[in-house]
Amino acid sequence: MAAVIPDHLHDHHHHGPTGLMRWITTTNHKDIGTMYMIFSFIMFLSGGVMALTIRAELFQPGLQVVQPEFFNQLTSMHGLVMVFGAIMPAFVGFANWQIPLMIGASDMAFARMNNWSFWLLPPAAILLLGSFFVPGGAMAAGWTMYAPLSVQMGMGMDMAIFAIHIMGISSIMGAINIVVTVLNMRAPGMTMMKMPLFCWTWLITAYLLIAVMPVLAGAVTMVLTDRHFGTSFFNAAGGGDPVLYQHVFWFFGHPEVYIMILPAFGIISEIIPTFARKPLFGYASMVYATASIAILSFTVWAHHMFTTGMPAVGQLFFMYATMLIAVPTGVKVFNWVATMWRGSLTFETPMLWATGFIFVFTIGGFTGLICAVAPIDIQLQDTYYVVAHFHYVLVAGSLFALFAGAYYWLPKWTGHMADERLGKIHFWCSMVFFNITFFPMHFLGLAGMPRRIPDYALQFADFNAMATIGAFGFGFSQLIFIVVLVKCVKGGEKAAARAWEGAHGLEWTVPSPAPHHTFEVPPVVK
Amino acid sequence: MSQTYEKYFVPEPSRYPIFGSIALLLIASGAVMWLNKVGSGPWTLAIGFAVLIYMLFGWFGQVVRESEGGSYGKNVDASFRWSMGWFIFSEVMFFAAFFGALFYIRVLGLPWLADSDNSLLWPGFSAAWPSAGPLVEDPFTPMAAWGIPAINTLILLTSGATLTWAHWGMMKENRGQLKAGLFLTILLGAIFLSLQIYEYMHAYHEMNLKLTSGIYGSTFFMLTGFHGLHVTIGAIMLTVMLFRVIAGHFSKEHHFAFEATAWYWHFVDVVWLMLFVVVYWL
Repeated sequence: MAAVIPDHLHDHHHHGPTGLMRWITTTNHKDIGTMYMIFSFIMFLSGGVMALTIRAELFQPGLQVVQPEFFNQLTSMHGLVMVFGAIMPAFVGFANWQIPLMIGASDMAFARMNNWSFWLLPPAAILLLGSFFVPGGAMAAGWTMYAPLSVQMGMGMDMAIFAIHIMGISSIMGAINIVVTVLNMRAPGMTMMKMPLFCWTWLITAYLLIAVMPVLAGAVTMVLTDRHFGTSFFNAAGGGDPVLYQHVFWFFGHPEVYIMILPAFGIISEIIPTFARKPLFGYASMVYATASIAILSFTVWAHHMFTTGMPAVGQLFFMYATMLIAVPTGVKVFNWVATMWRGSLTFETPMLWATGFIFVFTIGGFTGLICAVAPIDIQLQDTYYVVAHFHYVLVAGSLFALFAGAYYWLPKWTGHMADERLGKIHFWCSMVFFNITFFPMHFLGLAGMPRRIPDYALQFADFNAMATIGAFGFGFSQLIFIVVLVKCVKGGEKAAARAWEGAHGLEWTVPSPAPHHTFEVPPVVK
Repeated sequence: MSQTYEKYFVPEPSRYPIFGSIALLLIASGAVMWLNKVGSGPWTLAIGFAVLIYMLFGWFGQVVRESEGGSYGKNVDASFRWSMGWFIFSEVMFFAAFFGALFYIRVLGLPWLADSDNSLLWPGFSAAWPSAGPLVEDPFTPMAAWGIPAINTLILLTSGATLTWAHWGMMKENRGQLKAGLFLTILLGAIFLSLQIYEYMHAYHEMNLKLTSGIYGSTFFMLTGFHGLHVTIGAIMLTVMLFRVIAGHFSKEHHFAFEATAWYWHFVDVVWLMLFVVVYWL
């Protein structure tokens, strides 16, 4: 039978609008992926500046740098910007670039909608960051926006609510696009259980996004009507309950933390086998573990609320359900270590980040297990111990995995190898300063220092000074990555199609840099 | 060995998404300004909606042209099917947040508010549903199930049947039946919405039941209001389908837009049944 090949299939040159309009109107998954990643890096730096301002204020006891009201705005916006502006869009950028390349698809299933998913983010960022400049300042109720605080704030809160609505629309469209691409666009022979693990983790992540982003939209909509239209959802005088907000928010919020870590697991599961030169240990168990984590994530939300006066039965249920998540997560860590076991290991920059990830993420996992124990959590709730815990999983987990993935696939994206020396310096600086910043926070939390407060008692001074020094070191270390990026885009050692000798997968069968259109004729996977 | 494959349709660069983003930015800013009484909120909002309508017409118009022009093969059709299913799932979860709030308040929140721990704070408050909470003293009449709501249930169930009848018309290539079925469905949707508006007016003017009537008013209007919005969207989709049928679009084999609209309409139907049971009846 003759292949039906349209004429323009051989036309690999970009056609259509050029200049800025190319980026505004593009339907190409690689262009859109690049935009996602640039956007997320800008938001990462913005959120980073907020974090450094917070740390500058906390360098010494007393109030030196900012007013308490502004400090509250900074902690709230740092959280929102990092979660919704930096980490989530960065992973979506990876999904855009990699999933079609990995499953042998010509593009995402809905290329035009893909463009809109990205271009909804800048308006949301304008609303979010612009709220600093309106009367009353930005939203200052914490990134969780608990009622009744969020019911009382000024117009900055409304801007945050609408920003969340817009980001929610973006996430849901992006997630539907990814699910449909993975389910419907795989090359012949690419069965589900042959898919790279990164695609599996993103499929499950996208499912979580579709399930919980609408719930967040519902939660903030109720805040909006309580604020302006006289409803009583979170007002006990009218028969409502402020704790209801926490339930609805964390029903979104807990799956959300897996939304931010499952794609990271996927990236690590691609990198470890490449540099161990062995196939991933326990592929099927990795898939099942990911799915188990996703399902369990819907049954643990109230572990964020142990101090709200929940009945003991509720505390016990959510405590045990939470501890259960350690099992599939343990399976993953075990499998990564078993993949490295007796492998012929080399430690190029991506592998350094990946092994670093396993080390620090596991610490964050263990402190999570400690927080899961209700009687202990009642002591630790809202202390710096919790801050330490979630930065170990979010910075050392999600962010380190993002850097690992960036160093791993930069050769495919740019056609040049990233600077190994600078990459390694970037890694070691980040690793050391990260621990200087966040490890002391465990001690601060255990000693009872509350989070989200701009001043503190004198006995906390030493560890806070240490954390601030670490934070500035960590912040400036990230500038190294800008240098690496610029150098890598501009030139450097030419990358082969298979940039890493141990790498497997369809993305390494196309040239580096990947041409504008790939796999217009689907490859056949054996 | 060569094999036949169907090239997946990837659209050319498009300017519609950026119009959508500008529209949502204007709508959000306009709403913020209006709610906080600064600047010209209503105007910004109106311009935002105008841009959104332009974008929707342009974008869907292009999709319709691509579809009728034969760009969408079997694979694209499968993508549309998956995506509509997942979209409806996201809508289910949106409603789940509000249903969850209702269940939480009725099963846990109110009884806790009335238990002995709070008796000093709210003396004499009992947790009977419907409740406006301990401090809202404006008495209201709750909405009864066996009046307009029961009629509306019948209307929506009938509209589901007329829509299926229209689909049979499509499958039998009986355009008359298709048009009549679609028209009847839209008509029933419009009657439903009119009755709903009448019910709201009745609630506000004669029953003193308002959005501000404590938690009962909050959950009642939020759930039925968002459902009404979805019926409106569904009715608009059905109207577009009717115009497309009149313009001669769709064939027996190729009519997923129609099916997607039907899925959506049935979903809205099921949500109503849930609403009827837990909001109006129990």
